Amino acid sequence: MSAPLELVCPAGTPAALRSAVKAGAHTVYCGFADETNARNFPGLNFSRAEMEEAIAFAHGRGAKVFVAVNTFPRAGAERLWRAAVSDAQALGADAVILADLGLLDHTARAHPDLRIHLSVQAAAANADAIEVYAREFGVKRVVLPRVLTVQEIAAINRDTKVETEVFVFGGLCVMAEGRCSLSSYATGQSPNMNGVCSPASHVEYRQEGDALVARLGGFLIHRSPADAPAPYPTLCKGRFSAGGVEGHLFEDPVSLDAANLIPLLADAGVRALKIEGRQRSRAYTEAVVRSFRRAVDAHARGLPIEAAGLAALSEGQETTAGAYRKTWR
Amino acid sequence: MDMSAMKLTVGPVLFNWPADRWRDFYARLADEAPVDRVVLGETVCSKRAPFYEACVAPAAERLARAGKEVVLSSLALVTLPRERAALADLVANQDHAVEINDIAALRYMEAGRAFSVGPLVNVYNESTLDFLARKGATAVCLPPELPFASVAPIAAFARGRGVCAEIWAYGRTPLAISGRCYHARVHKLSKDSCQFVCEQDLDGLDVRTLDDMDFLAINGVQTMSWNYACLIGDIEALALADVDALRLSPHSGDFVAVTEIFRRRLNGEISAAAGFERLRALQPDVEFSDGFLAGPTGATPLGGVPA
Repeated sequence: MSAPLELVCPAGTPAALRSAVKAGAHTVYCGFADETNARNFPGLNFSRAEMEEAIAFAHGRGAKVFVAVNTFPRAGAERLWRAAVSDAQALGADAVILADLGLLDHTARAHPDLRIHLSVQAAAANADAIEVYAREFGVKRVVLPRVLTVQEIAAINRDTKVETEVFVFGGLCVMAEGRCSLSSYATGQSPNMNGVCSPASHVEYRQEGDALVARLGGFLIHRSPADAPAPYPTLCKGRFSAGGVEGHLFEDPVSLDAANLIPLLADAGVRALKIEGRQRSRAYTEAVVRSFRRAVDAHARGLPIEAAGLAALSEGQETTAGAYRKTWR
Repeated sequence: MDMSAMKLTVGPVLFNWPADRWRDFYARLADEAPVDRVVLGETVCSKRAPFYEACVAPAAERLARAGKEVVLSSLALVTLPRERAALADLVANQDHAVEINDIAALRYMEAGRAFSVGPLVNVYNESTLDFLARKGATAVCLPPELPFASVAPIAAFARGRGVCAEIWAYGRTPLAISGRCYHARVHKLSKDSCQFVCEQDLDGLDVRTLDDMDFLAINGVQTMSWNYACLIGDIEALALADVDALRLSPHSGDFVAVTEIFRRRLNGEISAAAGFERLRALQPDVEFSDGFLAGPTGATPLGGVPA
C-alpha cells in the first residue's frame, strides 16, 4: 500500500466544490470571478465571500483548495492579479496556481509563506524550465503541459524534485497551453489575456440545408449533419482543409481520459492527477471525481483500475490518451 | 514624428527551407538588406536543424561583417534530451548573442550575461519585463497578440529600464506550438516519421475553412495566421509609444525589398500609404493585418490604405 496520488478536482461554483469534496476530491481548484483565472466564463467562479466559505468547507472535511490566478496580468492593471493572490492567501488557500513571470516574482517576494504551484499555462515542458521556476520563485509543484509522453514525464521527475501534476481527464489542449493565440486570432479573446478560449459570445449556429453549421468569429469550425452530434466549436477541434485534405487537421473532437494510465503515471513519479472542467456541471464533477477517487484508491492498494463508466460523461465524444502515448504526435 | 531611430530586426526563418535557399537568403540579407539586427537559427522544430546547421556560423559571420548585430535563436518548445543539450550549448557559448524562446534557457544563462527575449516568451506586463531585465534581458520582442493598450505601457516601462522593446511588424504571425506535427498529420504521417514534408511549403501550408475562407497556416508543429501581420501604418504611433524596433519575419519572395520598404518608411521617405501599396504590389496574393495591435481580432484584414 502506497500513498494515493493526490486527486485535484475542478470547481466552477461553490456547489460544485462541495460536490467534489463529498465525492472524494483530495483537493479542489477554483478561481475568482474575474479575468484573473483561465476559466473566466459567465456565471462561473467565486466571489471573495464564497471563496472563504468554500475553503472553510473543504478544510472542515480534510480537503485542500488551490486558487488559480493563472492568466497573464494585463499591462497597467497588475493590481487586480496581485489582489487575487493576496486575497487567496488571506482566505486560507493551500496554494495559488500561477503562470506569469511577473506575478510569480511578486508573489515570491510579497508572500513568502504562500505555496506556489506553476500553472499549465506556463507550459514548463522540461526539467530545466521547472528548475528555473523553482530557483527563482520557490515553486513547489508544476502542472505539466499536455504535450508530453509518459516517458518524458518520467524523465522530468528524475531530473527535478519539484512535484508534478498531470491532467488525466477532460478537455484536451493540443497546443502547448499558455502559448496559443488561436482564439484571439479569430475572436479577439484569448486564454492568456482574458481567460477564455473560443468563447460562446463569438459562436454562431446556423441551419444550412441539412446541416447545422457552427462558426467562431465568423470562421466555419463544424458542419454537422442532422443525425450527428454537433460538438462545441472549439477552434483547434474544427474541420478544415489543407493541401487537398479535409478533416480535423489539429485534433479530433476528443477529450482526454488517462484513467488506464494511472499506474504508469504513478511509476513515472507523478504526485497529483488533475481533472479539467471548472466549466462543467456539478453532476459531471461529482461523477468524474467519484470514479477517479476509486481508481487512485485501487491503485494505492495495488488493485487493478476499473476505468469504465466515464464514456457517457465525455459528451458522447471519443476519448484519447492524448500526448501521453507517443503515437499521438 | 521622427521614426528614424527605430531599428529593424529580421526574425529567424520559421519555415523549413532547403539549406541552399537558407544560405542564399542570409547572404543576400547581409549584402543588401538595410536592417540593424538579424536573429537566426532553428526556432520551430529541432528535426530541421541538422540540414542547415553547417550554414549558421558562416551566415552569422557574413552578417556581422556587414555591420549587422547577430543573435542566435533558441528553440520554442524544448522537450527532448538532445533539445535540452542543444539549448545548454547555445546559451553557454559566449561567442554570440542569444534570443531565448523558452524559460529553460535561464537555467544555463551565466549571471550578468545580456540576452534577448523572443516573441514566444509570454511578456504581457511590466513586472514580467522587469524580472527578465533583472536576469539580463536587453531586448524583448513582445508577444504578437498584444493589443496597443498593452504594448504602450510595456514599451514605456522598457524604455525606462533600458530594454529595447520590439514588436512583430511583418509576416505570418505564430499563433501556437504543439508536441504534434500538423504537417505530418495532413500527410498521414507522424512527427517521428515525418519525412520532412514541411519543406514543401516555403511559407507554410494554407488552412481553409470548409466554406473556403482562408484561415490559418501550418508550419510543422507551429500554427500561424493565414494573413501577414503588417504594421507599416502603425509605425508613428508605435514610435510615439516608445517602441524601439520592428521585427520583420522572413518569407519567400523578395524579402530584401520588404526590408527596404520599411526602412524608407522609417526614414520618412515614403508615407504609410505608399509603403503599404508597395508591400501589396510585392505580394499581391497576401492579405495584411494589424488586427492584433489595432483590433478587433488578429484575423481582421487591413483595408485599402492604413490610416
